[in-house]
Amino acid sequence: MELVVFVLAAAMVLVGALGVILRSNPVHAALSLVLTLFGIAVMFVAQEAHFLAAVQVIVYAGAIVVLFLFVIMLLGVDRSEDIRIEPFKVQRPLAAIVGLGVIGLVAASIVASRDAIGGGSGSLDTPTSTGNGDSNIRQIAESVFGDYVVAFEVTSILLVVAVVGTVMLTRRVKSGKDKS
Amino acid sequence: MSLLATASPTSTWYLLLAAVLFGIGAVGVLVRRNPLVMFMCIELMLNAVNLSFVALAKRLGDIGGQTTVFFVMVVAAAEVVVGLGIIVSIMRKRPGATADDITALKG
Repeated sequence: MELVVFVLAAAMVLVGALGVILRSNPVHAALSLVLTLFGIAVMFVAQEAHFLAAVQVIVYAGAIVVLFLFVIMLLGVDRSEDIRIEPFKVQRPLAAIVGLGVIGLVAASIVASRDAIGGGSGSLDTPTSTGNGDSNIRQIAESVFGDYVVAFEVTSILLVVAVVGTVMLTRRVKSGKDKS
Repeated sequence: MSLLATASPTSTWYLLLAAVLFGIGAVGVLVRRNPLVMFMCIELMLNAVNLSFVALAKRLGDIGGQTTVFFVMVVAAAEVVVGLGIIVSIMRKRPGATADDITALKG
């Protein structure tokens, strides 16, 4: 059963990822990104990260992709670009070599170290192990608001800075004397 | 059918899938010229790293991996907002710009 879930979610993730880099229309690429993000959310559930799966669907598939679609529509770049044009002849073969090299090196190190890391001391609280439905949320809350509370507060500053900075960046400066 | 019932994916499978997803995202950043699509490929790479964090949190039994993913998501949201703001302000000045045309910061 777990294997079926893994295979289906992996197919969603890979088809969506290939769609992002192969579709010539940016709107189609954004919708393929939604497919990938939902597949990742399914995998989070399979890995006992229930809270992160919910956040993944709400923040990524909900907010971020909608933001992408807004910008695509706003800029009017929702036309297909001709991706057969290749400005530099050697770029795509080189990119393929780099990509396969990255995948090969990381995969080799993962396979080589598959017995090296593992069997950590702690254990994750799961609904099945504790009989409590919100045990994952409870455990992650103890971590965020206990051990990492300073980082959490700094994150709020980061979000305010990002919002103010974006408003300043995209503001239309009015022509005339009221330009400050 | 017995294989489907008995074999269960270990965290190594998830890590390998994350590696493949990261590679696809990296190739996309190198190949595509539309800045918006390049940005989506960066999101793909971020999600690959998140997936490997969650798989290792399960393997090590440490909730710190999931906490890190939470912070990565927040920073990614802030990064998307700022990046799309920059893209909007560039595209407004020169419509249809690709990554090759943006040389305003060239020294």
